Amino acid sequence: MNTIVQIFPYAVAYTIPLLITSLGGLFSERSGVVNIGLEGLMVVGSFFTALVINFLEPTMGANAIWFGLLAAMIGGALFSMLHAIASVSLHANQVISGTAINMIATAVTVFFARNLLGSGNIQIINTLSRFNVPLLSRIPIIGPLFFTNTYATTWFVLAILGAAYFVLYYTPSGLRLRSCGEHPHAADAAGINVQRTRYIGVGLSGTFAGLGGGVMIVTYSGQFNGSVAGLGFLALASLIFGQWKPLGILGATLFFGFATTMANVSQVIPSLAVIPPVLLKTFPYVATLIALIIFSRSSQAPKAVGEPFVKDKR
Amino acid sequence: MKIRIPHQLKLALMAIAFGLLIGALLILFTGYNPFAAYTALFQGGLMSIRRIANTLANSTTLILTGLSVAFAFRTGLFNIGASGQMLIGGMVATVLGLSLDLPKPLLLTVMLVGAAAAGALWGFIPGILKARFNVHEVVATIMMNFVALWTTYYTIQNYFTAEQETQSATLPSGASLQVDWLRQITDRSFLNLGLFLALILVVIIGVIINKSVLGYELKAAGYNRFASEYAGMNVNRNIVLSMVIAGMLAGIAGFTYYAGYSSHLEIGKLPTQGFDGIAVALLGANTPIGVLLSAVFFGLLLNGKGFMQSVTGVPPEIGDIIIGVIIYGSATSVLFDRLLTYFQRGRNKK
Repeated sequence: MNTIVQIFPYAVAYTIPLLITSLGGLFSERSGVVNIGLEGLMVVGSFFTALVINFLEPTMGANAIWFGLLAAMIGGALFSMLHAIASVSLHANQVISGTAINMIATAVTVFFARNLLGSGNIQIINTLSRFNVPLLSRIPIIGPLFFTNTYATTWFVLAILGAAYFVLYYTPSGLRLRSCGEHPHAADAAGINVQRTRYIGVGLSGTFAGLGGGVMIVTYSGQFNGSVAGLGFLALASLIFGQWKPLGILGATLFFGFATTMANVSQVIPSLAVIPPVLLKTFPYVATLIALIIFSRSSQAPKAVGEPFVKDKR
Repeated sequence: MKIRIPHQLKLALMAIAFGLLIGALLILFTGYNPFAAYTALFQGGLMSIRRIANTLANSTTLILTGLSVAFAFRTGLFNIGASGQMLIGGMVATVLGLSLDLPKPLLLTVMLVGAAAAGALWGFIPGILKARFNVHEVVATIMMNFVALWTTYYTIQNYFTAEQETQSATLPSGASLQVDWLRQITDRSFLNLGLFLALILVVIIGVIINKSVLGYELKAAGYNRFASEYAGMNVNRNIVLSMVIAGMLAGIAGFTYYAGYSSHLEIGKLPTQGFDGIAVALLGANTPIGVLLSAVFFGLLLNGKGFMQSVTGVPPEIGDIIIGVIIYGSATSVLFDRLLTYFQRGRNKK
C-alpha cells in the first residue's frame, strides 16, 4: 500500500500524456483513419510547447506554460493535416503515410530547433508545479491517492476524456463520426460528408497528440530533444488494448503508466527490487501481446478503419 | 528507338525529386543556399574513393533492413519491427563475438547464424500471432521492438559493458567484418565484408521472390489472402515463414552494422536503420534490385549530410527530412501517377 501511494503521482504523470494521445488516436480511428503517426504528432507538440515557452518565459514566467500547450495543440492539428490529405483525399496507404509523419516530425522539429536556437535540445526553466486539491485531498485513502500532488494538466486531460466520452456516445456528431469508421458508404448515403468527418477525426488526433507531447514537456520531462521515447507507439497500443473505447483507453494507459513507473523505480523500492528489472520493463509489452491474443476473437476495431473511402466504389 | 523507363522507376524518381525539392525549400527558407548545400551533400558522399566506400558501408545495413521490409510487404505484411529484429540480431552477434574465442572465419559464421536466428525469432512471434490469432503485425512488431530494446539494454549493461555504461565493449578485430585488404584499397574506409553478404542476400531473395514456388505463394497471399486459401495454399504457414525470413534479414542487418560499421552496441535506443528500411523498401518498389538502388541512395544521403553541415552549416536533419518526404511522396504516389498520365495525354494530343 505504501509503495502504491509513493509511486502513484509518478504513474499518473506518465499516464496523462499517454491517455490524451491515445484519445486522439481514438478519434482518428473511429472516423476510419489509422494513425500510426501519433509518435510524430507528439514530437511536434512537444517542440511547439518548448519553443513557445522558451520565447515567452523571460517575460511571462510560469504563465508561458499555457501558451505553450495551446501552441502544441494548434501545431499538432496543423501537422496532422499532412496525414489527412494523404489518407483521406489521396487514398494513400495510411500506415505508410503515418510512418512518413513520424520520420518528418522528428527531423523537421530538430532541424528548426537547431536553426532557431542553435541546438537540437530546448530546455524550459519552469515546469508545471504540483498542487493539492483543496478539501478533497483530506479525504482518507482517496485524498492522498487522487488529489495530492496533482498537475492542473491532469484535470484538464480528464475533463477532455469526459467530454470525449459524452460527444462520442451521446451526440449526433459522435454517432456520425463513428459511422464513418464502421460503414462509410452507409454514412455517405445518409448524407454525412465522410471526407470532412475524417479530416476532423485526424485533426483531433493531431490536437490531442500535440497536447500529449506538450504535457510531457511541462510536467516530467522539462526538455525537447526530438523524441518522445516511443510514447506515441504505446498510445497506439493502448488504443487497441483499450478496444477503441474511451474508458478502455483510460484503463490501458493507467496500466502502462503503473507498469512503467514500477519498472523505473524498482531499484529503490525493496519489495520490487527482487524482480529482475528486465522483466518489469518488458512486462507491459508482453502483456499487451497477450491481451491482443485474448481479444483477437472479439476485436472491437472500427470495421472500415484503414480503408480509403472512395465514393463510387461499392 | 525510344528508351522505355519502367513506370515504377518513374514514380521513384518523382518521389526523390519531391523530397529534394521540399528539402531545398526548407534550406532556402532558413537562409542557406540549396545548391551549395546539395553540392556539398553529394560531394560528401562521392568525392573520393574513401567517401564512396563509406557510402556503400552506410548502405549495407539499409540494403538488409530494406530487403526485410520489402519481403514482408510482398506477403501483405507491414514489418515495422525491423529495428527490434536488427537490435536483437546485433546483440546476439555482439555477445557471441565478445565471449567466444575462435578463428575469425569460424567466429564470423557463428555470429552470422546467431544474429539470423535471433532476428528470425523476433519475426516468428508476430508472424504466429498474425496467422493464429489475427493480431495485427504492426502492433505486434512495435511491441517486439520494445522487448528487444530492454532485453538488449539489460543484457549488455549487466554483462558486456565497456567503461561507459551506455555501450557494449568494443568487438575485437577477430570478430569484426572489417578486413585489412578492404581498408587498404578503400583508403581506410568503413567498408567491410557485410556489403558482400548483403549483395549475396539480394540475389537469394530475388530468386526466392521471382523464381520459386514459395515466392509465388507469398506474393499470392499478399494480393489476395482468401483466393490463395481457396487455391489450396497454406496461407497461415506462409505468413509465419514470411515474417521469419524478414526477421532473419533484419537480424543479419544488425550483424553487419554492429560487427562491420560501429564495432560496439549502443543501448537505450532503437537503431534508426530499421525505420529507414521502410523508406528503402517503398522507394525500391519492394523489389530486391530496387531496394539495392534506393539503399545506396539513402546511404549517400546519410554519409553526405555530415559533410554538408561542416561545409555549409545546414543542419544534418535535412537528410532525414528528405527521406521522410520521399516516403510521404511514395504514399501519395497516386498524385504523381495522375500527373504522369496527365502529361502523357497532353503529349499524345500534340
